[in-house]
Amino acid sequence: MDCSESLMLQATSRRALLLGGASFAAWAYLPKFARAADGRDPRFVTIILRGALDGLATVAPVGDPDYAGLHGTIALKADGPNAAVMLDPFFGLHPAMPEFARMYRAKQAAVVHAVATSYRDRSHFDGQDVLESGFPGPGRVQSGWLNRALEALPKGERVTSALAVGPTTPLVLRGPAPTVGWAPTALPQAADDTAMRLLDLYQHRDPTLASALTQGLQLEKQAQGNEMKPQPGGGGVAAMRLVARGAAKLMAADDGPRIGALAFDGWDTHANEGGPVGRLAQLLGGLDGALAEFQSGLGAHWRDTVIVVATEFGRTARINGTEGTDHGTGTIALLAGGAVNGGRMITDWPGLKPANLYQARDLAPTTDLRAVIKGVLHDQFGLGERVLADAVFPDSAPVKPMKGLVA
Amino acid sequence: MARDSQAALIALNRFGFGARGGAAGDLVNAASDPRGFVLAELARPNGALLEVPGLLSTPELGKQVFDYQFEIQQARNAAKAAQQGASETPPQGSDAKPPQRRNLSLSTAAKEIAGKDPAMQPPAGPPKPPAQPLNIIQKTFRAEALARLQRGVVADCGFVERLVVFWSNHFCISANKGALARMWAGSFERDAIRPHVLGRFSDMLKTVEQHPAMLFFLDNQQSLGPESRAGINRNRGLNENLAREIMELHTLGVGGGYTQDDVTALARVITGWTLAGRRGQLGAPGSFVFNANAHQPGPQQVLGKTYAQAGLAQGEAVLSDIARHPSTAKFIATKFARHFVADDPPPALVAKLQDIFTKTDGDLRALATALVQSNEAWQAPQTKMRSPYEFLLASGRLLARNPEDPGRYLNGLNLLGQPLWSPAGPNGFPDTAAAWAAPEGIKLRLDISAQLASQLADRFDPRDLLELIAADAASVETRRTIERAESRQQALALLLMSPEFQRR
Repeated sequence: MDCSESLMLQATSRRALLLGGASFAAWAYLPKFARAADGRDPRFVTIILRGALDGLATVAPVGDPDYAGLHGTIALKADGPNAAVMLDPFFGLHPAMPEFARMYRAKQAAVVHAVATSYRDRSHFDGQDVLESGFPGPGRVQSGWLNRALEALPKGERVTSALAVGPTTPLVLRGPAPTVGWAPTALPQAADDTAMRLLDLYQHRDPTLASALTQGLQLEKQAQGNEMKPQPGGGGVAAMRLVARGAAKLMAADDGPRIGALAFDGWDTHANEGGPVGRLAQLLGGLDGALAEFQSGLGAHWRDTVIVVATEFGRTARINGTEGTDHGTGTIALLAGGAVNGGRMITDWPGLKPANLYQARDLAPTTDLRAVIKGVLHDQFGLGERVLADAVFPDSAPVKPMKGLVA
Repeated sequence: MARDSQAALIALNRFGFGARGGAAGDLVNAASDPRGFVLAELARPNGALLEVPGLLSTPELGKQVFDYQFEIQQARNAAKAAQQGASETPPQGSDAKPPQRRNLSLSTAAKEIAGKDPAMQPPAGPPKPPAQPLNIIQKTFRAEALARLQRGVVADCGFVERLVVFWSNHFCISANKGALARMWAGSFERDAIRPHVLGRFSDMLKTVEQHPAMLFFLDNQQSLGPESRAGINRNRGLNENLAREIMELHTLGVGGGYTQDDVTALARVITGWTLAGRRGQLGAPGSFVFNANAHQPGPQQVLGKTYAQAGLAQGEAVLSDIARHPSTAKFIATKFARHFVADDPPPALVAKLQDIFTKTDGDLRALATALVQSNEAWQAPQTKMRSPYEFLLASGRLLARNPEDPGRYLNGLNLLGQPLWSPAGPNGFPDTAAAWAAPEGIKLRLDISAQLASQLADRFDPRDLLELIAADAASVETRRTIERAESRQQALALLLMSPEFQRR
C-alpha cells in the first residue's frame, strides 16, 4: 500500500466512522486505586445504542405465548433455520450474536430484560438525554452520569493515550471531569509554531477556544504513533468493531484510560427491521463484534472489566405496518466482561398480554436502568449509595443499586 | 468608525457568510448601513431560487435512479443466469430476488464516497490509483452541491443563503438514507425550501411533507392505513416515523402539547402520501402522489379537533392547523433566534419573533426582517461559532475561490462533522457553539486553515485581508499576531483561525 492510498483509506474510514456514528471517549485520568496492592484494576465501558434498540428482537421471549403474534414476521424462533440461541427455556438470543452467547455460557455476560430509564415519552432526543445525563427528566444536558461518577473517584495519574472518534464527546461522559478524544485525519498537521501562536492569541482573546485548542493539540500528540490502521469499507457495522478495537487497545495499556464510553448510532428500525437476518441482524453483528474486540484486546484485563450496553428506550411490542417497530418503552440492557456475574437472565418479566403492555403497546418496564448501572458502579468502583443517589443519578434514592452484578 | 466596523462584522458574519475578497468592499458597504446591507437581499424577487442549467426536477431525477437501479439489476440477473448456465445448476428464475433494500445506507454512502474525491491530501505525493467513474447519483449530488456552494460564494451578504441553510437543516433529510435521498438532497431544497424561505411557513411545511424525498426519508411511502384497501390486502399498516417528526421536530416541538395518540392519529391521516415508483402506476415516477387505496378511511382526531375530510384534504387541513399552533410559533422563534444570535437567545427577542410569526400568519420574510430590525440581534456578543459550512464558505469567499469542483468543500465538511445534506438524524446538525468548538473540531479547523494557507498565501497579503474582514473591529492582539507571523502562510492560517473569523 503506497502512501497516498493509505491516506485515502484513512480519509475514507474517517468518513465511514463519522457517517456510521460510532465514537469513543474516555476519562483523562487513572483512578487512584489502579494498580493498587490487591491487584484490582477495574475497567468500565458503557456502550450507548442511539436510536432505540428493539429488546424483544435481540433477546426474544420465545416462551411467551404472545410474543410470536406480536412480533409477527420478524419474530425469532427456538428452532428451525437461523434459530435463536436459547439462553434459558424462555429467552432466546438473536443468532447474529454468537460471541455474546459464548460469553453468556462462560458466565461472563448477562441480560437485564424489561428495563427502562425514567423517561416515558418517545422522543429519541429527550430519551437519549435522560439515558446519558442520568437526570430523572429531559432538559439537563450539561453533564452525564459517567462524568459525575468520575468526579466521585480518587484521581490518579493522567492517562498518556486515548482515542475518540467524532467531533463531540457523548453526553454520558460530558461534564467537569476532563475527558480525552482523538480521531485519525487525512490532513497534514499545522506546524507546531503556528498552533502555539494561535493558542497565545486565544489565551488573550477567547479563553473557550484556547481551552479547546489546548486539548485538541494534546490529543493529537498522544495519538501519534498509535497503530490504528483503519480498514476499508464496511461503514457503520465495521465502524463499531474498529472503534471497539481501538478503545480496547488503549484501555489495555498500563497508562491507558480505565473508564470510557462508546456511542453507536443507527438502531431506529422503523421499517424492514428484519428477523434472524436483515437490518437489525447486521447491526447486532457489529455490536457482537465490538464486544469480542474488547475481550481479545483487553487480554488479561478482561477479567476486571464490565461493559454495560444500554439504549434510550425500546420499541413497540407489535410490529408496525412496515415490518418494523415504532418507538416504545421497555427494552434490554446487556452486561459483558470477565468481572460480570454472568450466565443469567435478570428480569421480572411482565408478560406480553395486551393488559400487561405499557399503554397497550410497549413492553412494560419492570426494572429501572439506573439500578443496574448503580449496581455496577458500586461493585466496580466502590461508589457509595449516597453519591450514586445524589450526584451520579440525582433524585434516585428510591432506586436501589442492584446487587450481585459483579462476580 | 469603530462602532460601524463592529456592526459591519455582525452584518456580514452573524447574518451572512462573511466578507468577500478582492475589491467587493463588503465591510465598507456594510459599515455604512449595516441593517440595510443585510435586508437588501430580501428585496430581490425570487432571490432564494436556485435555477441552474443542468439541474433536473425531482421526478426526472427519481426516474434516473429507477433506471439506474433497474439496469444494475438486469446486469446482475444476466450475470447470475450465465453463471448458473455454466455450472449447470438448475435454473432458479423465480429466485431472482429484488435487490436487498439498502436500509444500511450509511455503509452504502461510505462506500460510495470511498476513493472518489481527492481527499484533502498533500499536493505532492505518489500518483493516485485511477478513480472509478462517478455514477449518476454521485454526479448529481456533486452538481447540486456545486450549485449551492457557488451561490453562497458569490452572494453579496449571504443572508438569504443562510436562511436557506437554516430551514434546510430544520426540515432536514439525510442523503445517507439511500440512493433516492442522495439523488434528491439538492432538489428537495430547491423545491421545498427555497421557494418559501421568504414566504409562508405553512406553505413550506406542506411542500416539505409532500416531497418525495421527505416521504422516503421518514418511511411514509411504506405506511398504510390498517383499514385501507392496500392495508387489508397486504396485511400491513402504519409507520409513525414521519408523523412523529412532523410534530416533534418540524412544528410543535417536544413538550408542544401533543400526545402519543396525536402522533398515531396524524400517522393515519397521512397514509397514502407517497411517491410514484418506477413503473408509474400511481403517477409520474418519482413524483408525489396521494394513493387513496393506502389511506386510512374515516375521520381522525388530532390535538382535540376532528378532521372529517376525505383523502388528501384531511392531512392538508391538519398541517395547516399545526403550522398555526402557538407551540409552533414558539418553537420556530426560539430556534431561529438561537441560530443567528445566541445559544440562549434573549427572551425579549424570542417573544418578539413569536409575536411576528403569529400576527403575520407565519410570514417568514417578516420573521427574518424582524430579526434584523431588532436591537438584540446587534447587541448580543459574538458567542456563536461559525458552523463548518459557514467557515468553509467564508474562507472560499475571502480567498476568492469560486469552486469549480465541490470535492474540497465536501471533504472539509466530512472531516469537520457536518457532511453536506447528511445529518446523523432527523433533528439535523447541532446549532450550539459548544458543538462546533470541541477540541478535535478546532484542531481540524487549524489543520485545514494551514493547508489552505500553504496553497494560497502567495496570492495575498494577510494584513490586507484583515482590513477586508474586520478593519478596525479587529482586536489589537489579532492584528499583532498576524503582523508578527513568520510567513505569509502562517499569517493567513492565523487569520482564518482568529476569533474575528471563527466567531459570529
